[in-house]
Amino acid sequence: MNAPVLEVKDLVKHYPIRRGGRSVRAVDGVSLSVGPGEVLGLVGESGSGKSTIGRCVLRLTEPTAGSVSLGGRDVTHLSRRALRPLRRDVHMVFQDPYSSLNPRFTVGQIVAEPLRRHGVARGAEAETRVREMLERVGLSADMRTRRPHELSGGQRQRVGLARALVLEPKLVVADEPVSALDVSVQASVLNLIADLQRDMGFSCLFITHDLSVVEFLADRIAVMYLGRIVETGPTEKIFAEPQHPYTQALLSAAPEPDPVRQRERRRVVLGGEVPSPLDPPTGCRFHTRCPIAVDTCRTDEPRLTGVREADRPVACHLVTPSAVPDLTEGN
Amino acid sequence: MADQTLSAPLPALAGATPGRARQVWRRFRRRPAAVAGLALVAGFLALAVIGPLVTADPAAQDYSAPLAPPSGGHLLGTDDLGRDLLARIAYGARVSLEAGVLSVLLAMVVGVPIGLVAGYYRRFLDPVVMRLVDVVLAFPFLIFAVGMAAILGPSLRNVIIALGVSQLPGIIRVTRGEVLTLRELDYVAAAVADGAGDGRIMFRYVLPGATSTLIVQATVGIPTAIIGEATLSFLGLGVQPPTPSWGVVLTDAQQFLDQAPWLAIWPGVMIALSTLGFNLLGDGLRDALDPRSVR
Ligand SMILES: Nc1ncnc2c1ncn2[C@@H]1O[C@H](COP(=O)(O)OP(=O)(O)OP(=O)(O)O)[C@@H](O)[C@H]1O
Ligand code: SF4
Ligand SMILES: [Mg+2]
Repeated sequence: MNAPVLEVKDLVKHYPIRRGGRSVRAVDGVSLSVGPGEVLGLVGESGSGKSTIGRCVLRLTEPTAGSVSLGGRDVTHLSRRALRPLRRDVHMVFQDPYSSLNPRFTVGQIVAEPLRRHGVARGAEAETRVREMLERVGLSADMRTRRPHELSGGQRQRVGLARALVLEPKLVVADEPVSALDVSVQASVLNLIADLQRDMGFSCLFITHDLSVVEFLADRIAVMYLGRIVETGPTEKIFAEPQHPYTQALLSAAPEPDPVRQRERRRVVLGGEVPSPLDPPTGCRFHTRCPIAVDTCRTDEPRLTGVREADRPVACHLVTPSAVPDLTEGN
Repeated sequence: MADQTLSAPLPALAGATPGRARQVWRRFRRRPAAVAGLALVAGFLALAVIGPLVTADPAAQDYSAPLAPPSGGHLLGTDDLGRDLLARIAYGARVSLEAGVLSVLLAMVVGVPIGLVAGYYRRFLDPVVMRLVDVVLAFPFLIFAVGMAAILGPSLRNVIIALGVSQLPGIIRVTRGEVLTLRELDYVAAAVADGAGDGRIMFRYVLPGATSTLIVQATVGIPTAIIGEATLSFLGLGVQPPTPSWGVVLTDAQQFLDQAPWLAIWPGVMIALSTLGFNLLGDGLRDALDPRSVR
C-alpha cells in the first residue's frame, strides 16, 4: 500500500505558561493522514489549534508528544540537520501576506531562496525557474525586481505560493492562505490553488476556519474543536450529512450561495464563548455549548470512532448506529 | 513611484529601499525638532572636522593676553595660559566626536551580535546573558564608566573602552528585544521551512529588521558618550591636559569662574547643544523610521 504523504499520530502540543505551571493545551491528541495527491481540509474556530498542527508538521514548533511522519518516515525526532534534505518535499503557505515575505528581499530572491537552499539551481537556471513559477501563479515575470511592499495582498500571497511550490513539493501546508485577503481576490487565489494542485498533484493540508472555503477544494475534511478532531470524513458526506453537533453548527453558519436554500435553512446559533484551552471542559469539550448535551457528556469523553461508517469517524455520545442528532430540528 | 531614483536622502539607512528612504525623509522633514537636531549635529560635525583646520593652534600660548575676554584676535577669548578658546573648543569637538562615535561603535560591534545570538537562542543563552546584563544595568551608566576608567587609567583610548563597555548592556538588551519579536515573523518560519541555517536566518532575515531601532539607539548613545567623556575628563579620569577636550577645558575654567566666566560657559554650551542635537535627531529618526507613526 502507498504510504501516506503525511501521517500525524496522537499529536500533543502544550505551551507552558509562565505563571502557575499550567499550560495551553493547543493540540491535545490529534491523528490525521493525507494521502498522495489528496487535499485534507482542517477546519475549526480561531484558537482550536489548527496552525499549531501545521507548524508541528514542518517542525517549526516541537511537538510535546505524538509523532509526525512524512512519506512513511518518522521525522518527529530528527535533528535539524537530518531534517534539512526532507524539507525539499514540504512547504507552507502562510496566512498573513504582510509578515510572510522578507521585506528586504526582492520577489525574485524570495522565490529563488528554496532553489538555492537545496542546491537545485542557481544563476541563470534559477532565474528561469523563478520566471516560470511566477507566471504559473499568475504574476508577470517582471515582478522579480519588485519588493513585497510594492505589491497588493493578493499579489503577495501569489508570491508566497510561488515560493512554496517552486521545488515541486509533495506536501503543502496552507494555513488560511486567503482569509487575510479582500473578499474580491479570495476566490481567484483559491481557484489558483485548486488549479495548481490539480496540475502539480501535491498533497495539501488546507487549514481554514471557514468550511465553505474547502467545499470544492478538499477531498476530506477534519473538524477541530479545542485541540481535538471531532469529526472527519469525505467532503461530500460531511456537507450532506454532518453528524457532530459542532459540524452542524459550523455548516449552518457558513454562507449559502443559493438564496432559496439560504432562506429554507435553519440556523443553529451556538451560545457561549469558546472555553479556554488552558482549562478545557471535562467530558466532551463541546458540552458547554452543545444544545443537546446530556449528563454523560459532562463526565465521559467521547472517542473518535467510525460509529456509522468506517470512513467518517465522529466523537459524540449521541451519534449511534441508529441515530444522528439533528440540531436544526424543531427550532 | 516613478521618480524613485531622483533623490535618495539618507541612503545610509541600511537595507532601506529608495522608496522607503524617501518616505522616511518626508516624515523626518515634517518635524521641526528633528530638523533642528539634524542642523545641530551637522554644525557639530563641521566644527569637529573643519574647525581645527581653520582656527589657531590650540596649544599656542599668547603670553600677552592671558584670560583675555572675547575680542577680534580671540573670538571666544583666551584661557589662563593665553591659549585661544575657540581653537580649544573646535579641537575638543573632535575629541568628543571621537569618544562618542567610537565608543558607540565599539558597543554596537560587540553588543549587537551578543543580543542577536541571545535572542535567537533564547532557550539556552538568553537567561545567562540577560542575568549579566541586569547586573551591569543595576549601576548607573556614569558610575560604571567612572569605575571602568579608574581601573583602565586615563587616556582617550581607555575613555572610549570604558564608555563602550558601559553602553554594552543597553545595546544587548535592545537588540535582543527586537530579535525576540522578529524571530516570530512568518518569513523567518518560511526560511526555517526552506532549511536555511541559523547563521543565514540571523543575519539575512532577523537582523535587517532591527536596523531602524539600532540606528536610533546608536544616535541617542552618542550624546550619552559625549557627556560621559566630558565627565571623565572633568574628573581627571579621561583625556589628559594639554589635549583640549571639553571636559578638560571645563576643569581648567573652574579656578577662574570670577575673572573669566566665558571659559566655563562655552564648553558647557557646546556640550548642551551637541547632546541636544543628537537627542533630537534620534527622536526624529525614531518617529520617521517607525512605520506605525502617522505620516
Ligand atoms: N507560542 C504560543 N505560546 C502560547 N500559546 C500559544 C502559542 N501559539 C499558540 N498558542 C495558543 O494555542 C491555541 C491554538 O492556537 P493556534 O494558532 O494553533 O489556533 P488556530 O486554530 O490556528 O487559530 P486561528 O484561527 O486564530 O489562527 C490558542 O489558544 C493560542 O492562544
Ligand atoms: S458528546 Fe454530548 S456534548 Fe459532545 S457533541 Fe455530542 S451531544 Fe454534544
Ligand atoms: Mg491559525
